[in-house]
Amino acid sequence: MKVQVDERGYYGNFGGAFIPEMLYPNIEELRENYEQIVQAPDFQKQFNHLLRDFVGRPTPLYLAERLSEKYGAEIYLKREDLCHTGAHKVNNTVGQILLAQKLGKQKIIAETGAGQHGVATATVCALMGIECIVYMGKVDMARQKPNVERMRILGAEVRPAKSGSKTLKDATNEAMRHWINNPTDTHYIIGSVVGPHPYPEMVARFQSVISKEIKAQLLEKKGKQNPDYVIACVGGGSNAAGAFYHYYNEEDVRLIAVEAAGLGNQTGHSAATTVLGKPGVLHGSKTLLMQTEDGQVIEPYSISAGLDYPGIGPVHAHLFETGRAKFYSVTDEEAMKAGILLSRTEGIIPAVESAHAFAALNQMTFNPSDVVVINLSGRGDKDLETYIKWGKY
Amino acid sequence: MNRIDKLFQDKKERVLNVYFTAGYPQLNDTTTILEALETSGADLIEIGIPYSDPIADGPTIQESNGVALENGMSLKVLFSQLKDIRDKVSVPIVLMGYVNPIVQFGMENFCAKCEEVGVDAVILPDLPMFEYLEMYKPMFEKHGLYNIFLITPQTSDARIKQVDENSNGFIYMVSSASTTGAKTSISLDQSDYFARVKNMNLKNPTLIGFGISNAETFDKACENANGAIIGSAFIKAISEEGNLEEKISGFVKSVKQ
Repeated sequence: MKVQVDERGYYGNFGGAFIPEMLYPNIEELRENYEQIVQAPDFQKQFNHLLRDFVGRPTPLYLAERLSEKYGAEIYLKREDLCHTGAHKVNNTVGQILLAQKLGKQKIIAETGAGQHGVATATVCALMGIECIVYMGKVDMARQKPNVERMRILGAEVRPAKSGSKTLKDATNEAMRHWINNPTDTHYIIGSVVGPHPYPEMVARFQSVISKEIKAQLLEKKGKQNPDYVIACVGGGSNAAGAFYHYYNEEDVRLIAVEAAGLGNQTGHSAATTVLGKPGVLHGSKTLLMQTEDGQVIEPYSISAGLDYPGIGPVHAHLFETGRAKFYSVTDEEAMKAGILLSRTEGIIPAVESAHAFAALNQMTFNPSDVVVINLSGRGDKDLETYIKWGKY
Repeated sequence: MNRIDKLFQDKKERVLNVYFTAGYPQLNDTTTILEALETSGADLIEIGIPYSDPIADGPTIQESNGVALENGMSLKVLFSQLKDIRDKVSVPIVLMGYVNPIVQFGMENFCAKCEEVGVDAVILPDLPMFEYLEMYKPMFEKHGLYNIFLITPQTSDARIKQVDENSNGFIYMVSSASTTGAKTSISLDQSDYFARVKNMNLKNPTLIGFGISNAETFDKACENANGAIIGSAFIKAISEEGNLEEKISGFVKSVKQ
């Protein structure tokens, strides 16, 4: 079985482009042009230059010795937390802003949950001098105030999504509605491997620099490109897609995806889509989706705003269905404890999203010779208030 | 014969299609609204199936969807309300909804239920033509159900032709690049689009929707198509204080004057 997207935008049974006719020309324009644009040498040159000198890539692959000792395996951290703006999100926004320019778009819109993708988008728009509007749920704006102000400092307009549950899913709805109303001069920078084809594959490709670097760095450190495990957290799944991408079809590498179980999968307050979801259509693609019996979308819950999404990218639904990736889920409490553990053993305070990936280590068993790579997708600066509120440190 | 074909056979001008959200303002208003619309002179009625994430809709219809869901509306409830509707209402009925609730209900089951209660067509804005042709067309045909496609000012001639070939009933012409209810007028720059579509001599009738809110915009739309669709303005009208039937008849009269 080969993991790859087909011509219609499907990964196995999941994907596609379920969009209203009003968005058809925009999506067609992207689908027809993006491959050619991103493969062109001048695009690659600009993209690689910005990733190196602006984002600060390659990010280190760091051997976490004390953590390795605790879990009895050789554990490496892929340090996406050291990217400019504090998380992997910027890899994608750098790619998409260059693409938008090539497509001749003058305005950018984006959605954001915790604000990391919004900040990464506002950052590249400031860099290029392009107008930027970020939709953010009204509820999220209140709980992520510093990121709202970061976006404003960078010159972006932050518009509250006031519909529905006023969180990430509604911010995405509002961004799509904005695009419907402004179809010609605007590019929509989606922040995860979700949305209608070609977004999931396009975002995954921009993020695939993560696994490309892991391969090169492991080769240098260990004399081989493949670890035994790659572990990443999954909300929509962009950091996981980036960390898995060049390993999708390397069968000796076990792919581990970690979802947020919130207060517990049976409590009604969880975001673990593969446990609680069934196939459905949201935001333009067929995927696994948390929904009622009547097909209404359920508002998920997680302490981490970045994992608080009722679906997952179609590629992850496919990896789950085929068993190519193994999925774990981790509660708020387990994730917070893992965040504190990483802080105290390695001197790194992780983003609460990334802390979920580390908590999965407690559910796994290793051989001492196992090489494990954990994608440390973001740093915890933005989550200080969450850590303080939780308080058990 | 499908009631929509019969309608357009008898009436080629000023066809009025009115949209309302099932379960709004109250859960059990569905049949009252259908009957009042027919009595008042609506030629065709579109019933919205409420959804938690209606991305093609503006604030007015979004809010009506939210209220309807809180009132307990679902496809099951809607079909039970429509059980005997053909004893009371004879104009064509179209269901409009997003694809997810219908896929969960089961597409085959949905088509069968539509036939059973007397629904003539369906509008699913987020079901791509490709998926429809590939997966669902035989089910629709088996149950005599039409699938209505949308076109917009950005739709290319080639795609409009493709839509025309694969359509039955009528083609839904979205008047401008927008969500529902976002605009309350029809502007001059749309006339190119209207003329372009007119000159293509499509085999299907056309109805213009989005931005139609009163007599003036209805008249304007009717100059360029076989009729028009009103949604948000109607939802606003029935949201006001007063007797539901009177509000409905007052609104339809004001548009058709």
